[in-house]
Amino acid sequence: MTRVVTTRRKSLNTAFAWGVGLLIFFPILWTILTSFKTEAQAIASPPLFLNFNWTLENYAIVQERSDYMRFLWNSVIIAGGSTLLGVIIAVPAAWAMAFVPSKRTKDILLWMLSTKMLPAVGVLYPIYLLFIRLGLLDTRGGLVVVLMLINLPIIVWMLYTYFREIPGEILEAARMDGATLKEEILYVLTPMAIPGIASTVLLNFILAWNEAFWTLNLTAVDAAPLTAFIASYSSPEGLFFAKLSAASTMAIAPILILGWFSQKQLVRGLTFGAVK
Amino acid sequence: MYLKHALRAATALTFVATAAAHAQSITIATVNNGDMIRMQGYTDKFTEATGVEVEWVTLEENVLRQRVTTDITTKGGQFDIMTIGMYETPIWGANGWLVPLDGLSEEYDVGDILPAMSGGLSHDGTLYAAPFYGESSMIMYRTDLMEKAGMEMPEAPSWQFIKEAAAAMTDRDADINGICLRGKAGWGEGGAFITAMSNSFGARWFDEDWKPQFDQPEWSDTLNFYVEMMTESGPAGYATNGFNENLSLFQQGKCGMWIDATVAASFVTNPDDSTVADSVGFALAPDTGLGKRSNWLWAWALAIPAGTQQEDAAKQFIEWATSKDYIELVAENEGWANVPPGARSSLYENPEYQKVPFAKMTLDSILSADPNNPTVKPVPYVGIQFAAIPEFAGIATQVSQEFSAVYAGQQTVEEALAKAQAFTAEEMEAAGY
Repeated sequence: MTRVVTTRRKSLNTAFAWGVGLLIFFPILWTILTSFKTEAQAIASPPLFLNFNWTLENYAIVQERSDYMRFLWNSVIIAGGSTLLGVIIAVPAAWAMAFVPSKRTKDILLWMLSTKMLPAVGVLYPIYLLFIRLGLLDTRGGLVVVLMLINLPIIVWMLYTYFREIPGEILEAARMDGATLKEEILYVLTPMAIPGIASTVLLNFILAWNEAFWTLNLTAVDAAPLTAFIASYSSPEGLFFAKLSAASTMAIAPILILGWFSQKQLVRGLTFGAVK
Repeated sequence: MYLKHALRAATALTFVATAAAHAQSITIATVNNGDMIRMQGYTDKFTEATGVEVEWVTLEENVLRQRVTTDITTKGGQFDIMTIGMYETPIWGANGWLVPLDGLSEEYDVGDILPAMSGGLSHDGTLYAAPFYGESSMIMYRTDLMEKAGMEMPEAPSWQFIKEAAAAMTDRDADINGICLRGKAGWGEGGAFITAMSNSFGARWFDEDWKPQFDQPEWSDTLNFYVEMMTESGPAGYATNGFNENLSLFQQGKCGMWIDATVAASFVTNPDDSTVADSVGFALAPDTGLGKRSNWLWAWALAIPAGTQQEDAAKQFIEWATSKDYIELVAENEGWANVPPGARSSLYENPEYQKVPFAKMTLDSILSADPNNPTVKPVPYVGIQFAAIPEFAGIATQVSQEFSAVYAGQQTVEEALAKAQAFTAEEMEAAGY
């Protein structure tokens, strides 16, 4: 009897989870479907789900109009660079906060997080002027630094949480065996925190990839990433949904594939320490 | 022998390097619309003729506006040419942020630009931006539904006629709405429409002393008329409909009439996208007999930000892109219906272009719009669907949100107007008017 109930419950849970999953995925699915419609089919009422004349016309137009590879390469450099730089800075910071806390550590952590509460547009002009002075406008280097700074609080917080789960005694043992601070972080702490670091890297890569305010405002031609590529297909006058959907699908495809292949690592990292 | 080869290679490289160093390149920020995208396709012709390379930054209208405003106010120098509208040009020109477009060549024939366009893109008589295309607004209607309703559209109808025709054309069972109009919040969306409509009802944003006028009966008349007509004959959820939503409804045969930008005429008559392409008629935007119609005037224009290092090349490009030759180039390759409209008088004198079904009505609409005298009563500002002052965009966005709340049934006309009056008065006082 108990077994029957458990199986039914399991099935219900599975069905519910699939339902929620599909609901969350539906906008992406709709975007992908729309990218294969004509502009007239994209706005048809009632909406067409699968019964339309599939076309690759929008992808051809987007390919012809835009240099997709240039935008993609910029996205990879900016998202990858900012994440890498962020992790290099955040690992020692999180180590210090987790293993050598002071009485102000919690305050510092909260203060770091509070910087995320400021609306980005509030600092647009100071940052823009700074970029003009430093010659960083429309450069990938400038965006790497800005996105790293924006995401740094999240990286530090995530790593801090993971590091707190690692027993301090292990690091102490390493120290007693003569490990220097650098060796302790590089050879003892980092390997143990790999799942946490991996999920932090993935999450921040996705955040940097999707960042649209700074990447649109601080770039023009040379450093414009995929967010600028998408923005160029929205129009105030005229039908654009199908072409915009094609551009969006091309922009999210790499990150979707990356997320798909690394979902195991991502889930493992995100639930690290959640269940004891 | 080796030395000879090496010297030759070095000389060749020097030539290449010198040529590269001398190759000029300009960056243009522009909006994503059909005419602008088409122009990007012809850029190679300009480069072939002049040797000037062109880089395009295409953005959505609101993003473009924010992007170019940030750049020009901080002298960022990211763009050599900016695509701006009639709202920004006189303000930026007055601030000295734009290069005056004087000294244009004789062949360019600056006098050929429609006076309404050059007037709206100038400050103190100096042209600061060259119109790439211009538009007004007009009525687009279904000739078959009008006939079925037993009515005939006059060339210059009144609002009362439009209201009656809308009611007669509405067929809720067949999902046909007599009229589709913008209701979406935003100064360039529903705000632009209701401001232009209010002009024909005798309303105005400010009196001669810059005092807001939302407490006057003309505004109440405008809003009450609009809400009554849309409730009776408009589509469900019209409070969130803008240009694209109404375009989609009209193309699917769900609107009897649509009053919007003249540029929409080419979309609704295009059989590839529109199911009603062969039964669309055009008429002037309606009035109430007070002497002003409810059509607006707008142009997307090319301007050069002050401080650019490529002023000559930028001017060269603007001359090419807004020239008579460019219009002919597009006509030759894509037909007269696809040339950028509304900028040059000569286009409307061309017998080939006169055959385009919406050409005459577009010109008549543009000619009947006067941004310097937009309202029945005198006003201190320039602009029909906007007042060309820096504070307008912020104020009008807020006011249009209040109006959209009325359309959505969240508040009454009186409440919205009272809030609009209080908010605008406060903002204008804070701005020192």
